[in-house]
Amino acid sequence: MLATIGKRFMTVIPTLIGVVIVTFLLTRVLPGDPAVYFAGPAATPQSIAEIRKTLGLDRPLPEQFARYVGDLAKGDFGNSLSTGRPVATEITSRLPASAELTLFGLIMSLMIAVPLGIVAAVKQGSWVDHTCRVVATAGVSLPVFFTGLLLVYVFYYLAGWAPAPVGRLDAFATAPPQVTGFYLIDSLIAGDLETFRASLGQLLLPALTLAVFSLAPIARMTRASMLAVLSSDFVRTARASGLKGRTVIITYAFRNAMLPVVTTLGMVFSFLLGANVLVEKVFAWPGIGSYAVEALLQSDFAPVQGFVLTMAVLYVVLNLLIDILYGVIDPRVRLEG
Amino acid sequence: MAGVPLLDVRDLTVEFQTRRGTVTAVRNVDISVAKGETVAIVGESGSGKSVTSYAVMRILDRAGRIAEGSVTFGGIDIRHADEDDMRNLRGREISMIFQNPRAALNPIRKVGRQIEDVLLEHVKATPSEVTDKAVEILDQVKIARPRERYHAYPFELSGGMCQRVVIALALACRPQLLIADEPTTGLDVTTQKTVMDLIVELTRERGMSTILITHDLGLAATYCDRVMVMEKGNVVESATARAVFTEPSHPYTRKLMRATPRPGVSLRDLLPEDASGAASAVTKLPVAAGERKPLLTVEKLVKEYPRKGLEGIGGTVKKLLRRGPVPEPDTFRAVDGISFEIDRGESVGLVGESGCGKSTTSTMIMRLIDKTEGTILFDGEDIGEIPAKAFARLPLRKRIQMVFQDPTDSLNPRFTAARAIADPILRLGDIKGGAAVRARCEELARQVGLPLDLLDRFPHQLSGGQKARVGIARAIALKPDLVILDEPTAALDVSVQAVVLNLLQDLKETLGMSYLFVSHDLNVVRLLCDRVIVMCAGKIVEEGPTERVMSAPEAQYTRDLLAAIPQPKFGRSESESPRRAATS
Repeated sequence: MLATIGKRFMTVIPTLIGVVIVTFLLTRVLPGDPAVYFAGPAATPQSIAEIRKTLGLDRPLPEQFARYVGDLAKGDFGNSLSTGRPVATEITSRLPASAELTLFGLIMSLMIAVPLGIVAAVKQGSWVDHTCRVVATAGVSLPVFFTGLLLVYVFYYLAGWAPAPVGRLDAFATAPPQVTGFYLIDSLIAGDLETFRASLGQLLLPALTLAVFSLAPIARMTRASMLAVLSSDFVRTARASGLKGRTVIITYAFRNAMLPVVTTLGMVFSFLLGANVLVEKVFAWPGIGSYAVEALLQSDFAPVQGFVLTMAVLYVVLNLLIDILYGVIDPRVRLEG
Repeated sequence: MAGVPLLDVRDLTVEFQTRRGTVTAVRNVDISVAKGETVAIVGESGSGKSVTSYAVMRILDRAGRIAEGSVTFGGIDIRHADEDDMRNLRGREISMIFQNPRAALNPIRKVGRQIEDVLLEHVKATPSEVTDKAVEILDQVKIARPRERYHAYPFELSGGMCQRVVIALALACRPQLLIADEPTTGLDVTTQKTVMDLIVELTRERGMSTILITHDLGLAATYCDRVMVMEKGNVVESATARAVFTEPSHPYTRKLMRATPRPGVSLRDLLPEDASGAASAVTKLPVAAGERKPLLTVEKLVKEYPRKGLEGIGGTVKKLLRRGPVPEPDTFRAVDGISFEIDRGESVGLVGESGCGKSTTSTMIMRLIDKTEGTILFDGEDIGEIPAKAFARLPLRKRIQMVFQDPTDSLNPRFTAARAIADPILRLGDIKGGAAVRARCEELARQVGLPLDLLDRFPHQLSGGQKARVGIARAIALKPDLVILDEPTAALDVSVQAVVLNLLQDLKETLGMSYLFVSHDLNVVRLLCDRVIVMCAGKIVEEGPTERVMSAPEAQYTRDLLAAIPQPKFGRSESESPRRAATS
């Protein structure tokens, strides 16, 4: 097993090299000249050229690339042109915010979608099955900014149950000392229940928005995969051996049905992580998505480069994790490593 | 039969709700099984034999239901028992063995754990002793090194070994009735014998009753006291095994008996009485006189595969390799230096059990995979030197064609029959234009006896036999010289098999093709082939004229193969004569 993971890890390296090259090239072909933007509207051609020189943009591409890789190796993602702050610090402070939101939303979604999918498959054609279909369809068809605004309107404006959508914490609470960057976990480590409650309150609505959106693929995949497994020969054997319904469904059917669900999960997670810009905007969430979009609009290539690189690495790591999980679930996969 | 039978089925009718209304799968069936008795239910696909057994266990699909009749097991009314009582009965009092053992086991759970699940469910063991019990049961079904195999997953075991695990699962709680649903279909003939012998031995020593569901009359008659023959949901005959086998009374049983390949019978004898006359009316090509010139010469052919991830070698070997230090880059010889020839117009049978290398050999000759060593001379040309990838584009491709094992899987589900037949013509043929291609398709359909109105149907709208005909028409569309038949009838019912085998023979005689017939069934090979090659572990162990090999086998392996074919104890000779007299 360890050898398999090790071998799988080796295949990650060329992917990462490819990612570094592509992010570099990608940011060079983006429209807009960073030097022009940085110099401001009143700039003369000389000052633009000067800025270009200080940024190193006048050098040939291979040389720029070498410097870029050299900086990366030192953990230096460059500085943002618009704020002047190092991209690395921005990303390390914003990535946990996005990750916490996405993970929490995904867990919420899983807790609803998987049981729903299982019941829908076991009781095919029943009211649960129809509910599952309606909820899933409604979930994907509503755009996240709409669901988000609707939730804010209902739970904050009308009912007053939720706090104002002002980011990860309201103005009165202070962030817990950073350990993982996840406020929920950090506040628990610090033993600060007050902050925990406050950050949970802030997190619930945006996470729910994401959950509603990601419900559909997970529930539908669980249902379809369960249906296929339930009609397979070994489930019939289990039934014919008189095993309890629960044993048949959970131990025999669901564990086998999990593989496609795990695959979907990986896809949904990486998709959400990058695409929850709209949710971050609606809830003023200081996430990585909104950071990247702002940078992109300002031709600020260092943050964009950092963002793409981070996302790519995350994606690769996620895929690695899913492959390992595959091996844990299905002994047949272990052989092929 | 003393007193009340263990299982008493009266007037059982099972219906299925389908989109086209209610379908009756089983109609007014009566079965009674006494304690310790072995009863066979014989029938072809769609006869309702499996549905009957599912109804007894009450594990029908949601669309199926018992519409009429009663099922009584040991005094319990199964039709009206509640689900909890049924669950207690299943696995503990009545258990079942299934076809396709590998699929019947949970692929991602250790086999030992699966046995434990059943033991714990029926409180036949406490959690502390359950592992030992499971190992003991694995030992009882004669699995070597049971403590080690306890940790195996189904994919690490061979088909026969998996079936032993399924038997262990079924017998773990010492039930009174065992229902074996095609327990040996898909297994090699020697494995079939060991599995059947094991079932008989274990059930006999425990005084269990058995229902054997099979399509194989020979198997039924060999292992069972009584035989029931089912056709289209009805029991058409029910008698002792000897009576059914020696004096079948119902026309359907006679047809089934007739269609079963067996020693001492020719190909034409398999067809129903009224059809055998028509089949022989084909115009035969004059047999070319003159010197023998081989069409295909295979010399010292070798195919090696890297050891890792290889199919055919035991799962334990793989496991040991995996657990140990990094294995040497070793190779496995699937085909180990074989040489043989096929003449023009000759049929050669290639026989052996799974993993013997027969499919690898035929795939190499077909030029779908590359050889490792040796030569393949086709009509004097060394086609072994042409890479498999390039071969598909050469004109030579037309001259070697193949009929595949599974008639369903080998047809594109989105192609109509006509499109499937036209496929090779469109790619390699010299007929151009829609109308001309269509005309050729119709001609081919007539040749293989496929009604023309079926040409526009899709595979799922055709029966197994019709799909087989489409596959054959496709293979002969380019008028090949050599056709490789890879178990073309393995997935078909015996009566359909009889027709298809006869069709193949007719086509060979009219078109003058050579056949390489790959099969595990010596009785089928005997009918169609002039010569037979027996393979074992990648080597040829015996080769010769079919009759000689069948009647006086030289190699021990061939003798084992022949001995493993189920033979009812009552002699064939006495069974042949009265029936022959009755039918002629």
